[in-house]
Amino acid sequence: MPIPPDELLEITLRTLFVSGVATLLGSLIGIPLGTFLALTRFKGRRLAKTALYTFYGFPPVVAGLIIFFILSGKGPLGQLDLLFSVTAMIMAELILVIPLVAGITLSSVAEVDRSVLDTARALGASVRQVRATALREARSGVMTGVMVAFGGAVSEVGAAMLVGGNIQYQTRVLTTAIVTETRMGNFDYAGALGGILLLITFGIYYVLGYFQERGPR
Amino acid sequence: MTPLLELENVTRRYGEVDALRDASLTVGRGEIWGLLGPSGAGKTTLLRVAGLLETPTAGRVVFDGQPAMADRKESLALRRRMAMILQKPVVFRGSVMRNATYGLRVRGYPEHQARGLVSPILDTVGLTEMADRPAHTLSGGEVQRLAFARATVLKPELLLLDEFTANLDPANIALLEKGVRQYRDGGGTVMMVTHNLAQGKRLADRVCLLIGGKLVEAGPSHKFFEGPETTQAKEFLNGTMVW
Repeated sequence: MPIPPDELLEITLRTLFVSGVATLLGSLIGIPLGTFLALTRFKGRRLAKTALYTFYGFPPVVAGLIIFFILSGKGPLGQLDLLFSVTAMIMAELILVIPLVAGITLSSVAEVDRSVLDTARALGASVRQVRATALREARSGVMTGVMVAFGGAVSEVGAAMLVGGNIQYQTRVLTTAIVTETRMGNFDYAGALGGILLLITFGIYYVLGYFQERGPR
Repeated sequence: MTPLLELENVTRRYGEVDALRDASLTVGRGEIWGLLGPSGAGKTTLLRVAGLLETPTAGRVVFDGQPAMADRKESLALRRRMAMILQKPVVFRGSVMRNATYGLRVRGYPEHQARGLVSPILDTVGLTEMADRPAHTLSGGEVQRLAFARATVLKPELLLLDEFTANLDPANIALLEKGVRQYRDGGGTVMMVTHNLAQGKRLADRVCLLIGGKLVEAGPSHKFFEGPETTQAKEFLNGTMVW
């Protein structure tokens, strides 16, 4: 029995919401973090960079497990009763998104020619303004980081299943719906859901790509 | 009157190499200083230390009577009283106008006011027609003119120029040198690195010669070019210095 259209719409919107919010929050944290690591010299910087890159390959299911423990009854945030909610799913995806955005931002900002930063300082820019200038110069790379992060978030299934629980009308998203339909033997329908997911991803990338190219040259 | 800039026994070391050793220099207001010397002599390092882009390994920089260090937060206010054009000027993303207004915008000028201040200077350096063009499409000479406009619009008390006419044709050199004289006539002070001895002779009131990171001679330009005191300066000027 295929998913009714209204439920399909709801699943699709929830998918966009969870991955969109995770990408947005991840970018708000990851972009400044990556910029800081790219431009600031401090003891332990190399270690911090290596740790960040290590998190590139962080298994989603482990991210889900961490959030599961934190939000479970005996966990530190167990009282908030957030397990098997959209918030829990966003939290798990955030763990995956932040390293991607921060790491790609770090690489892109570090690539900015040092003379660009010197020119900014020589014209009176403060440390914060130099960072903003570097970020602006690296904006194509930073946008790539955001796009990769969104791709990771929208296609994620392990963590979403673990902390979301794939509950109908509550936490089901396209990826978990695909798994459910496949298990039920509805392969055609699962394939159709996969097509919708691809289409959404294409649309989002198209818009982000537009902003990436549209920026000042 | 307090000198505008004093370098007191400044040393700048990179790893094991002393790019600048124990250099002392006093720059008075309204002077044009020419920093001369062979490649690798420490001219750019001296300029960067003076412009508070580098912190001396030893010694100190005093600007308008106030000790200044590049890595101190409070030095930003002093750095905003200077402007520097790097040896190979670069442009930021965005239009020529956006580049030209950069220094004003970081000082908090609203966009429209910054544009108004920049327009006459862009006209002076012949870039008015290109104001809305992406800056990365400019030729090398146009970038150098843009860099000059971008720095001088700030009306800095100290203008630091590193080979600011390198690779320019004679007409553009004349244009920018005229700009430097006008800037000085308006009360500004200039320190310029140049490999072009003729330019040093034309523009500088005072010169200093750096060799191997050491400041070997400093004084009035005419005296330096007509009767240098040290053997090294004589050899440098007549081209017999061996490196």
